[in-house]
Amino acid sequence: MNLLLPGMYFAADTVLHRLDPRVKMGAATVLMMLPFAARHPLGHLLTVGLVGAAVLLSRAPWRALLGTLRTVFWLGFFMFFFYFFTTPGRPLVALGGVTVTLEGVLAGALQVYRLCLLAVIAALLTYTTSPLQLTHGLEAMLSPLARLGFPAREMGMVMTISLRFVPTFFEEIETLSRAQKARGVDLSSGPPWQRIRNTVPVLVPLFLSAIRRAEDLAVAMEARGFRSQPHRTRLYRLTLTRADAIAALIVLACGGVGIAL
Amino acid sequence: MPIPFIQTRALEYTYTAEDGQAISALRGIDLTVGRGEFVALIGPNGSGKSTLARHFNALLLPTAGEVWVDGLLTSDPRHVQAVRQRVGMVFQNPDNQIVAGTVEEDVAFGPENLGVPAAEIRRRVDEALEVVGMTAYRHHPPHMLSGGQKQRVAIAGALATRPDCIVFDEPTSMLDAEGRRQVLQTVQRLNAERGLTVILITQNMDEAALARRVLVMDGGRIVRDGPPEEVLEAPEVEGLGLGRPFAAEVARRLRERGIPLPPGLLTVEALAAALRCTFR
Repeated sequence: MNLLLPGMYFAADTVLHRLDPRVKMGAATVLMMLPFAARHPLGHLLTVGLVGAAVLLSRAPWRALLGTLRTVFWLGFFMFFFYFFTTPGRPLVALGGVTVTLEGVLAGALQVYRLCLLAVIAALLTYTTSPLQLTHGLEAMLSPLARLGFPAREMGMVMTISLRFVPTFFEEIETLSRAQKARGVDLSSGPPWQRIRNTVPVLVPLFLSAIRRAEDLAVAMEARGFRSQPHRTRLYRLTLTRADAIAALIVLACGGVGIAL
Repeated sequence: MPIPFIQTRALEYTYTAEDGQAISALRGIDLTVGRGEFVALIGPNGSGKSTLARHFNALLLPTAGEVWVDGLLTSDPRHVQAVRQRVGMVFQNPDNQIVAGTVEEDVAFGPENLGVPAAEIRRRVDEALEVVGMTAYRHHPPHMLSGGQKQRVAIAGALATRPDCIVFDEPTSMLDAEGRRQVLQTVQRLNAERGLTVILITQNMDEAALARRVLVMDGGRIVRDGPPEEVLEAPEVEGLGLGRPFAAEVARRLRERGIPLPPGLLTVEALAAALRCTFR
C-alpha cells in the first residue's frame, strides 16, 4: 500500500492542500466543464494555463500525474480513432476503403485533449484533498438538501464508514489469501477464468466477515447514542478563509471568460 | 453500601431463535450496582453476561421486569439517550467499534450524537484522549494503531459522553499481553481516580480478581455475588470450568504439597506476602 496509486491522496502542505474541500470540488467541476464549454482557442488556453498553474502549486510528482494519464490511455486511443475514421470532411489519406479526414484528426485530438484534462483535474483533486476532507466537503455540500428530506447526514456517515474500513478489508484480504495459499490455492497464476474462480474462497469469507463487522459496528454506534435524529453536532466545521474566496473568484472569473469568449 | 446506580428488578429476557424456539437468556435477575463500584461479571459462554450488560444502556430492553439506571427506567423511550450518555460500552473487537477515519473524530462521535456544541466536544475529546494516554495519536487513522491502542481509543470514545459507568464486554480477549496490560491499567485507573463505575465482563480469572466484587452467571441467572476472594475459589464456581487466577492455582498446588497457605490468594502479590509469612 506504499506505492502512489493514480488518484491517491498525496500528503503535503501547499496552498491547494489547505483550500476548503468544497471550494476545490466546485473549482474542479467548473474546470472540468471548461474544455467542453469553451469555443474560442483563447478559452482553451486559459483552461490549460489554470490547470497547469494548479499542477505546479500542488507539487504533485510528475510521475504520478503521468500514471494518471496512463489510466485513460486506452480510452483516449479508441476515442481518437473513432473520431479519426468516422468524421466526414475533407479527405487527407484513403487507407484501403477508409478515408481519414482533416476534421476527423482535429475532432479526435480535441476529444483526447478533453479527456486528459479531465483526468488531470480529477487527479489533482484527490492528490490535494484527503478522503476524509472529501467526505466532509460532500457532506457539507449535501446538507442543504437535508431540508428537502434527503438523508445528507446519513450519506456522510456511510462515506465515512466506507473509508474507515477500506484498510481493514485490505488487511483481511491479505490474511484470507494467505490462508488460502497455505491450503494450496494458487491465486496468482493460471488462465484468467481460473484466477477469478480461485478468488471465490477469498471473497465469500470476506463478505461474511463484512456482515459480521457491520452488525458489531451497528451495536457499537447505537451504544454511543447514534440514531436517525435531526439534531447532531460536529467536531469540525468547515470554514471558508480568504484564500478560499480568492481561489473561488479566480476559477469563476476564468470560467466566465472562457465560456464567454 | 454505595448509592445504587444500576438496578434490575426480576429482569427477564427471552428471544426467538431462528428455528422459532423461545430462548430465555435471562431468568430473573435482581441486581444492584452502586456508584463507583468495580464489578467483574464472569460465567461460561452463553450464560447471559453480554445480554445482561446490554440491558444496562438500553441496547436491549427487558421482556419482563425493569432496569433502572441513575433513576431512569430504560424501557421508557424518552430516557434512551440519557441512559446511553450515562453508561458507555467498550466491546471485544477493537476494529468493529471505531467509526471515523481519525482517532479524534472517532472520540467525538458520541458527543456529536448527543448534540454537544463544537467547542465543548473539542474540550471533551482532548480530555478523554489525555486520560487514556492517546493524545499523541489524535490525527492517526485507526488502522495504524495496535490493538491495545485501538481499545484505548474506544475507551476515550466512551468517556467523551461523560458517563458515570462503562461496561467493558471482554475488552482484552483479542489483545496481546502488552495491549491487555494497557487496557486493564486504564480501566483500574478510571475506577480508582475518577470514581467511574466499572462493569468488566471477562473470561480471564486474573482480570476478575482485580475487581472488588464478582458476579457469576450461569444459565441466565446470577449464581454467586461477592468479593473475589470468596467467589473465585468457591466449589460451585470452580465447577463451571472457568479456571482459576494464576496465583490461586499456584497456591492450590503448593497446598497439595503440604505448604500451609490461607485461602483467597488471588494475586501474585498476595501469594508472595503469604509465602513470606509462612517461611519467616
